This record gives sequence, structure tokens and C-alpha cells, in this order.
Amino acid sequence: MSTAPGQEAKSPLIRLRGVSKAYRRGDIVVPVLENVDLDIEAGAFEAFMGPSGSGKSTLLNLISGLDRPTTGVVEVGGQDLARMSDKELSDWRAGHVGFVFQLYNLLPVLTAAENVELPLLLTPLSRAERREHVAAALEVVGLGHRMGHRPPQLSGGEQQRVAIARAIVTDPDLLIADEPTGDLDRKSAEQVLDLFEVLHHELHKTLVMVTHDPHAAERADLVRHLEKGLLQ
Amino acid sequence: MIPLYYNTRSLWARRLSTGLTVLGLGLVVFVFSAVLMLANGIESALASGGDPRNVILLAEGSTSELMSNVERDALRALGSAPQVASSVEGNPLVAGELVVPVLLPRGDGKESNINARGIGPESFAIRPTVRLIAGREPRMGTNEVALGEALVGRSPGANLGGELVFAEERWPVVGVFTAEGGAYESELWVDVNRLGPAFDRPGLSAVVVRTGSEQARDAFIKGVEEDSRFTLEAKSEPEYWADQATWLATFIRVLGLFVSFIFSVGAVLGAMITMYAQVAARIGELGMLRAVGYRRRSVLASILIESAVLGAAGGVLGALGALATRWMEIRTLNFQTFAEIRFGFTPTPGIMVAALVFGTLMGTLGGLLPALRASRLSILDALRA
Repeated sequence: MSTAPGQEAKSPLIRLRGVSKAYRRGDIVVPVLENVDLDIEAGAFEAFMGPSGSGKSTLLNLISGLDRPTTGVVEVGGQDLARMSDKELSDWRAGHVGFVFQLYNLLPVLTAAENVELPLLLTPLSRAERREHVAAALEVVGLGHRMGHRPPQLSGGEQQRVAIARAIVTDPDLLIADEPTGDLDRKSAEQVLDLFEVLHHELHKTLVMVTHDPHAAERADLVRHLEKGLLQ
Repeated sequence: MIPLYYNTRSLWARRLSTGLTVLGLGLVVFVFSAVLMLANGIESALASGGDPRNVILLAEGSTSELMSNVERDALRALGSAPQVASSVEGNPLVAGELVVPVLLPRGDGKESNINARGIGPESFAIRPTVRLIAGREPRMGTNEVALGEALVGRSPGANLGGELVFAEERWPVVGVFTAEGGAYESELWVDVNRLGPAFDRPGLSAVVVRTGSEQARDAFIKGVEEDSRFTLEAKSEPEYWADQATWLATFIRVLGLFVSFIFSVGAVLGAMITMYAQVAARIGELGMLRAVGYRRRSVLASILIESAVLGAAGGVLGALGALATRWMEIRTLNFQTFAEIRFGFTPTPGIMVAALVFGTLMGTLGGLLPALRASRLSILDALRA
């Protein structure tokens, strides 16, 4: 569980040291992140901004265990992600991270409730317990009345709120949001950002968000900038 | 575990391609199960009706009654064996019989080959499964014939009260009998002492003996084999008819399974194309599932199960289609006996299970490469797709 604001955090939830990431394109090695040191405290809401190709999504992927650094250490909750096997990383993500993607990534053939239930199917919870958790998560995002609707029957903003319910349903330590308002109109974007504030202030979730949108970044406690793979 | 309803609904969401694939798989399963049902039908048509207490004796080296020639002297010697059962009148249940192919005209102007069996006075008593359903037994010493039920109406005069003409003689029909679906139903029975001279055949094809019990049968067969007076081969009646069915049934089974195998390659490729399309259309969804914590093997299993469901649906369709053929009847020539036999598509629970397994297997095989591809996807590439 995350640590409430005001509590003294002895070590940061996220700790990056000397992290570099480079991709190989044929014979050419393209550096994306260079020697990044970063600490993010538990319960923080931080936003990363920067131009396209600055490495902010790569940084998010490393923090969330979707990718591994070329060099350096990525520690989340005291665990070194780079040392984990593929299986261990899958299990770690299931238990500790909630994802909110720009394009929601909901399964169109499943109802809102079934989409939200997906991460819970990896836990030992009973069906009745899962149903309770799903209902609670959908209530939090204000969609308790839309449980039986499928994504094509929901607006973009509603779909993103279902995705947020899916992200929080397992009560993860860390919420990762990659351009969460990038595909939404202003009103829906505000609703999503309001929700993030609720999750941050009331449920004390640690939120790390990548965004191009200055309005979205304003909601964060701290905005960090990346430029050509370097943290400013 | 990724829930199964995700797979079934995804298949339903693309129901045109799913439906066509199921149809393709179903057609192959249809051929597969229909062929097995056909071979089974032939076996049961020929093999049923054999009584385990009866023994058929053929000339040594002969595989069927048509090729066999047994001296009449053997009849009396065999009838005196202690294992032979007796009729109500106290006569030994032994019959010397002669089987000859007879050409009869059909209603459509063509001719068909049927077997005429020259019988002895005890032939009906020897075979309790052969029962008259109309008329009476032919009298000995006359040209009267009894028709197997399968022959009724197949030729002009082939009905009770009618008259057949062959070997330049007239043969009035006085009875119709059944044989519980066995091969005798495709025969006509007449006194052996009238049939032999009509075809200039003084000998017998076989001697048929009814013993008191199955133990007595085995003792009787052993006794014949050890008796140097006889150059005869003794088989129990069910064994004899099963042997008669073997060649044709095996031919149909091998040919049918070979055709099914060739077709199945096409069906597997069809399933593969469908599953590749399914995976390609859902890369982003699979990437999300991996991101939230589903392991590679869960994705692999999910796609494999999906393709197995596709195959099982094809299996059900094909098996149901094949079941619908059970009301069809086929008449053909048994090349072993040169007589027309009739048989149907006979399903068994085993064939139905095999059909479902075959369909599921084809689907799973078709899904193997797409499932491997899906499970090996990089999460980041999949999420960007």
C-alpha cells in the first residue's frame, strides 16, 4: 500500500540511478535516456513533460516494469526490476502497478465490469469478492450505473474512466498514466484529471503521468521535464 | 487465466470469418466421421447375424463361401459329432449349403448381382436370427424361394407371391425373412438340391453346424482340425462374417481417412489464417493483458483455447452433419462375395468422440503458430499497435 502524505518516507518508492536506455535500429544504436537519476516518493503525483522523442514514455515504461534499462538500476518499492525474470515482472506488475493508457486499451467484447475485473482474475479473490471490488472501483470513477455497457457503447471519457477503474481495482502502489487525456475533449479530460486528484489526495495513490498537455501537468505536485533523454 | 468468454466473444465479433472457418473444419470432420460410420455400417451389416454357436466349414484355403467347394460326403460325418445340437425333431442341426451369384433384373433396366443360398431342411433352425416376417419357409424339393428383406421390391417379382426367373427356371417367392441387419438379408434362399442342378454345381460351398454351446463349438472346431479325414477350415459364424467385412471396410476406412487427412491440411491452414487475423486484429488488447500482469503462457493458452473452440465447433457441425446421414442406405457390391449388400452410416459414441477430437485437434494445430506469435509479442510493440 502507498504511504499517506505527511508520513515520513524513509526511502523513495521509485529510485533510478544511472539509468540509460538505448534502442538498436539495424546497426545504429539510438540513445533514448542517458544517465537518469530520479527519486519519487510514495504518495506523490508527478508529471513528466517534454517534446516527442525526449524519452518520457521510455522512462514510464522502465518505472512500470514494461521495459528494462540498458544500464543502471530501477528500484520500485525496494525491488530491482532489472534483475527480475519475465515471469517475475508480470507478477510484479499484476500486484503493484495500475496502467492508464492514452487509447484506454479496453477489450471491446467485454462489459465495463468485465474489463475492470481482468486484473483481479490474477488474484486469489473469490468471484463474490471480485464483484465487490469491481463495483467499488466503478463507483469511484462514477460509472457504477454503466457496469453492463461495452466500450463501444461508452464515450471516450467514460472509457478512460473504466480504464482508471481497471487500474485501481487491485489497489496498486503505483498508477502509471501515459498521455491519459491525449485522446479526450477538454471536459472529459478535466473529469479524468479530477479523478486523479481524488486518487492522489483521498486514496493516497502514487501517480506518475506523462503528458503533453500543460493543463494536465498543472494538476501534479511536481512537473519534471525531459529533453533529449536527459532529466532537466 | 484469461477468461474464456473473451475468446468466444472475440470469435463471435468476427463471425463471418469464424463461421467460414467452422464450416471448413466441419466439412472435413463430416467426411472423417461419415467414412468411419460407413466402414462401421459395412462391418455391422456383414458381421451381424452371425450366431456364436454356429460353425461354418469351408474347403481349406477358401476365404469365402463363393470360392469354396466341399464334398457332400463331409455332411454326414460332421453331423455325427457329439457337439452338434439337435432339432426339436431330433435331427442334427447340420446343413450343406451352396452359394451362387445370380443376376436379377432391376426395375431400372439394369441388373444386379445377388447371392442365392441353397439351403438344407435345418438351415432356418440353425440360424435363430433369421426369422420369417411374411409367408413361409420354402419347401424342400421345390423351386420355392424365401427372400431376404433387403431384396423385396428390388427386382420384378421380388415380393411375396411373385416369381423370379433365373437359370432358365421359375422360382416362386413364398416367404420373406429378416436377419437382424445381417448379410443374409441380401440373399435368397432355396433348396440346395434344386439350386445345385440349376447351376450344374454338384458340390457344396459350405457346411453349417449348430453346436450346443460355445464350449462345444470350440471343441467341435478343434476336433475338425485334428481329424485327418477332413480338409476343411472351421470358423465360428461371427468370425467368418467379420472376415468377409474386413476387406471392404478397411478399404473404405483407409481411403476415407487418407482423403480426410488431405482435406484436414486445408482446414488447418484455414484455421491458421483465421487465428492469425484474430491475433493481428487484437494485438493492442493482448499487449494490455500482458501489461496488467498476464504471463506469456496465459496469452499462448488463451489463443490455443480459442482455436480449439473454433475446431470443436467445426467438430460438432461435422458430427451433426454425419449423424444426418444415418438415414441413408447404400447398396453396393461386396467384391469378396460378389453379392450386393446394403448398409448404412452407423454412428457409435466412439466415432462421435473421435469427430470432436479430430475437429478440436485441427483447430488447435491451426492456432499453434498464431498463439506462439501472440505470446512472443513485445508488450511495448503490442501497445503501440
